[in-house]
Amino acid sequence: MPPTHPPAGFWAGARDTVPMLVGAAPFGLIFGTLAGPAGLSPAATLAMSLFVYGGASQFIAITLLAAGSGAWVIVATTFIVNLRHALYSATLWRHVMHWPRAWRAGCAFFLTDETFAIVYHKLDEGTPVNLPRYYLGSALAMYGNWLAWTSAGVLLGRAVPGMSEWGLEFAMVATFVGIVVPLLKGRPQVAAALVAGTVAVAADALPYKLGLMLAALSGIAAGLVMERRR
Amino acid sequence: MSVYWMILGMFIVTYGVRVGLWLGDGHAFPPAVRQALDYVPIAVLSAIVAPAVLLRHGELAATWNNPQLAGALVTGLIVWRWRRLLLGIGAGLAVFVAWRWLLGA
Repeated sequence: MPPTHPPAGFWAGARDTVPMLVGAAPFGLIFGTLAGPAGLSPAATLAMSLFVYGGASQFIAITLLAAGSGAWVIVATTFIVNLRHALYSATLWRHVMHWPRAWRAGCAFFLTDETFAIVYHKLDEGTPVNLPRYYLGSALAMYGNWLAWTSAGVLLGRAVPGMSEWGLEFAMVATFVGIVVPLLKGRPQVAAALVAGTVAVAADALPYKLGLMLAALSGIAAGLVMERRR
Repeated sequence: MSVYWMILGMFIVTYGVRVGLWLGDGHAFPPAVRQALDYVPIAVLSAIVAPAVLLRHGELAATWNNPQLAGALVTGLIVWRWRRLLLGIGAGLAVFVAWRWLLGA
């Protein structure tokens, strides 16, 4: 890329997020479809996507709701499931610390798995980027997509059965694979990925997605141990 | 009504987790923490991907007829060999869909 080329901005951020939009669509649709039978009114379903904006935690919330769990259990579970976002904010911290506080406070709301993965991939690439704009482009594309597909799920869910069998949710998995692979630059990185993956599979049955946190921490530890060894 | 209190609670904990560190006044993390943070994306994304690809109804399904595994391997190989993210995702998705269709799974 020539140096005169303008840095990647809002639209580049939105464009790079397109595979994630496709991947998240079925989840939004299915969430919108299942929330009603689980006991959420259409307004409450939209409110959850609008204010919580965390796919995994929203799915777990309606599952628990349908099983008759109390509100406090659901809030506590949401906290645990979304704890990984603190790791993301810590990782991006040194890139955003010079942004105005209000901007940081606003952008943090949109820090999902997908936007983190896209923004981190861009930073890792090392090409010129206007980070606040790029971040917002990815964030708003993802947010608008989530709200739109939640609404579509609420409206059309019952009319279109078997939504979960379309297979588009695999686009999300493929995107994550495509983002991890270029990061495997040496033995510590490979060790981190292998250990995290193995622990996640072994600990999948743990409640509240605790296995995910355990796996992430194990992977980080494995990477650090390998790095020290060299 | 209580459902809206629940949603408010979910909002507070989720947003709190996301924004907490970013509102700090900017004293840098110690080098050891920074070093650990370098592994966060690899570890978290691998931890999301591995069960999604290797487990089926909670059982290990590391076999050739697992569509998720076939698709993920194709994506991984293409991105590793040619560094083409979109091509890798598209090809992986195509293999996944073809696998499911051929196997009727």
